[in-house]
Amino acid sequence: MSNRFVNPAVAQVPPSGIRRFFDIAGTMKDAISLGVGEPDFVTPYHIRSAAIDSILDGETQYTPNRGLLSLRQEIARYLSDRFQVSYDPEQEIMVTVGASEAIDLALRACLRPGDEVIVPDPGYVSYAPCVTFAGGVPVAVPTKAEDEFRITPEEIEQAVTPKTRAIIFPYPNNPTGAVMNKAQMQAIAQAAEKHDLLVISDEIYAELTYTDDEDEQKIAFSALPGMKERTVLINGFSKAFAMTGWRLGYACAPKEILYEMNKIHQYAIMCAPRQGQVAGLQALKKNRENGYEDVVTMRRSYDRRRRVMLDAFRKMGLSCFEPRGAFYCFPSIRSTGLTSEEFCTRLLKEHRVVCVPGDAFGKSGAGHIRCCYATDMNRMLEAFKRMEQFIQSL
Amino acid sequence: MQSLKSQILEILSEDCRTPLERIAVMTGSDLTQVAEAVEELERDRVILQYSPIINWDRTDKERVEALIEVKVTPQRDMGFDSIAGRIYRFDEVKSVFLMSGSYDLMVLVEARTLKELALFVSEKLSPLESVTGTSTSFVLKRYKQDGVIFVGETTDKRMVVSP
Ligand SMILES: Cc1ncc(COP(=O)(O)O)c(C=O)c1O
Repeated sequence: MSNRFVNPAVAQVPPSGIRRFFDIAGTMKDAISLGVGEPDFVTPYHIRSAAIDSILDGETQYTPNRGLLSLRQEIARYLSDRFQVSYDPEQEIMVTVGASEAIDLALRACLRPGDEVIVPDPGYVSYAPCVTFAGGVPVAVPTKAEDEFRITPEEIEQAVTPKTRAIIFPYPNNPTGAVMNKAQMQAIAQAAEKHDLLVISDEIYAELTYTDDEDEQKIAFSALPGMKERTVLINGFSKAFAMTGWRLGYACAPKEILYEMNKIHQYAIMCAPRQGQVAGLQALKKNRENGYEDVVTMRRSYDRRRRVMLDAFRKMGLSCFEPRGAFYCFPSIRSTGLTSEEFCTRLLKEHRVVCVPGDAFGKSGAGHIRCCYATDMNRMLEAFKRMEQFIQSL
Repeated sequence: MQSLKSQILEILSEDCRTPLERIAVMTGSDLTQVAEAVEELERDRVILQYSPIINWDRTDKERVEALIEVKVTPQRDMGFDSIAGRIYRFDEVKSVFLMSGSYDLMVLVEARTLKELALFVSEKLSPLESVTGTSTSFVLKRYKQDGVIFVGETTDKRMVVSP
């Protein structure tokens, strides 16, 4: 056995909890999956087409480490048009291999060994492991359904120690669908200021909010007064433009931070794939010209399905907070008396519906399940029928 | 904000069997509001019919279709409307459009066999007084119609579980 070569610090991090469901579902024929974390739209054709043209034109070379300047310029315009924050494309923006890489870079560039990072729980599966891999210590801060899964300044206050260096601010949230409005963000900003924390703001779902409250998530965290100098803004094309497989994201940060992030990226990655960058450029440019038609169309479609899913869960008797961002519902299944793990395993084995147990996203997710409404309407309705049968059989 | 009617039209154009109750949930409106809006859309002849898109090639129905470019002499006072009316009343005719460009009317015709279709053109369409010329092209394969792709399978290419 070659275990002796493996770094125990890596070995002790468990693999993602959703993997098991993937394996069981893989053996089933007509399982319906509400377990995905990506759009059910294919990347819009004009975007795919731009990448094809670029391949045919022989654009097959490296790009600058930070990404094509034209793309960074377009990202700068996009962020200022849509999220009220301005970044310098030359020094404050870099293109990465998905938001995933950007999260990793921010942590690796900023954490010193033993630094603590506040991670709202439940949250996206990679935050805590990436903190650990970067030599930091993730500190889970539970968020609750009563607070609509928002993190509060009081909770930050309780979690802060002299070692706390950063906070991950993940809204709109995967898996809960929670969003934060400007006033609530401002309260977090104050806490960050008070304790001099770096804020890693994962805004990958920023385009996918469903609300009449104009203030909600229409502003980047770094657009709040005084926040730009302490924020790494993370975003990408996966969710807003249905471009998950292209692996294209970006980070925006003060030039001193970005410089260090880029150094790691330069040596470890070189650059994001060129065709992804060309596609991303097309996505932003065309959408700026046509009033964000792709985004608006997809968002409307998610919003309708969001309402149908929420309505279905409530009719099944599951208590479910109304998600107003991303594309997930996060109902509580406590009333069934099962744990999330039992619920999901039995639902899959007995009724062939895949959901993800809430505690795959952190301890506080226990008693909940994550269901994705980026799912074909008819398949989703069939899944609800099966879930209802399952719940009644309990 | 998108108006309720335009939301309803979008939903029904994707699936005209969507029950009113579900439309109400999808749009966050009252059922009565939705019912009234749909009724109005029908009354105003915005919604004309609820019909499925059928791939007849997958049935055993014998069927040929042709696109006919028709040149006509417009009539005084009536323009093209009167001759278009003469044409669209035939049962064989599925669609008629007034076109810009080198001909005037585009006529979509359906029949059981090639012969029947050819006879329709020679015996019914061409003899109309104002028709000065026709050019018929048969449909060989249908790739996409009304936004729906007919060929190939559309499979969900996503993994069943992802973070
Ligand atoms: C909250 C959150 N952040 C980041 C990512 C990673 O996105 P990307 O595809 O840009 O790496 C995901 C993907 O599921 C996510 O849900």
